[in-house]
Amino acid sequence: MKPFTFVPVKLKFVIILLMIFTVNGLHAQVRVYGFDKLKPLLNQQNNTTYVINFWATWCAPCVKELPDFEKINAQFSTQKFRMILVSLDFKRSLETRLIPFVREKNLKAEVIMLHEPDANSWIDKVDPKWTGAIPATLIYNKDFRDFLEGSYTYDELYNIIINNLKQ
Amino acid sequence: MKNSLVILFLSFLSLNLIAQGYSVGDKAADFKLLNVDGNYVQLSDYEDAKGFIVIFTCNHCPYSIAYEDRINDLNRMFAHEGYPVIAINPNDSVVQPQDSYSKMIVRAREKSFGFPYLLDATQEVFREYGATRTPHVYLLNREEESLVVRYIGAIDNNYEDAAKATEKYVESAINRLKAGEKPEPDFTKAIGCTIKVRKS
Repeated sequence: MKPFTFVPVKLKFVIILLMIFTVNGLHAQVRVYGFDKLKPLLNQQNNTTYVINFWATWCAPCVKELPDFEKINAQFSTQKFRMILVSLDFKRSLETRLIPFVREKNLKAEVIMLHEPDANSWIDKVDPKWTGAIPATLIYNKDFRDFLEGSYTYDELYNIIINNLKQ
Repeated sequence: MKNSLVILFLSFLSLNLIAQGYSVGDKAADFKLLNVDGNYVQLSDYEDAKGFIVIFTCNHCPYSIAYEDRINDLNRMFAHEGYPVIAINPNDSVVQPQDSYSKMIVRAREKSFGFPYLLDATQEVFREYGATRTPHVYLLNREEESLVVRYIGAIDNNYEDAAKATEKYVESAINRLKAGEKPEPDFTKAIGCTIKVRKS
């Protein structure tokens, strides 16, 4: 006898539903990191080119440039490339704002919430030039590092990446 | 040769960019800006002030909003000791309509601001000071006839929860100034909203 046939049809339906929700849920998953956990991702010594964008759902210029970042992420997805969107939203708005936003905009790039309220302790470790205003973006690989406080145009972003991408 | 000249030029350019605005120890300029009560305010109006807590802040930015009560508290604590808060909204209201003068009036009333809330309409003051985000504090101290910048940065080290802040930078900086000492630290960084610059 096949064991699965014992499971009532109704329950099977529930299991299938649960599986669908789990898969959908993964797309809107946002991990919450302290700076210690984020820091290694800012200093990888390998052939991957990293784009680390600091943003928040309430930051208008950040939200405005997100479609460009998403486009770039899709374009370079088959390359040695990794994009991380580091949200600086308040922790209390993780469930009420950030996750719904990620789901609604259908963001495909990896989203991490950085929860480290003592910003003075870590801003310089991202880049000493950073005064703390967002958006801010770090683009780097083992041979190259570029940091900008402010917004990139799509072309700037594309050119920096294409000129520094490693095979 | 040509390349190195270009690099030299670019590094001068970036040095100039970094050098914009005040550093600790610089003399701060006075300004004359429109307050939410309809009157113009300038620092020289305050003849008895020992200094000022100048805070670039605004209506819309969640980090500014998170600090509104603490800014009110700072003024309550230190205005009568000679260090009043002077809040300045540096944002362009075309870029960020929530930061318009009329909405500043509404916000000041809602939160019962006990300090002037001024509009940097020409955006010259924030540039002169070198503010890059909201909120951004410049603590000025009267030394002889000048106002000297003695602390630049954050109000404390926890934007999310005032009760969890373990370093109250502005408060301790003023207490040190009152004791005749220099603030330590005299410069901190914080996450904030970019200043919304008028589009030409």
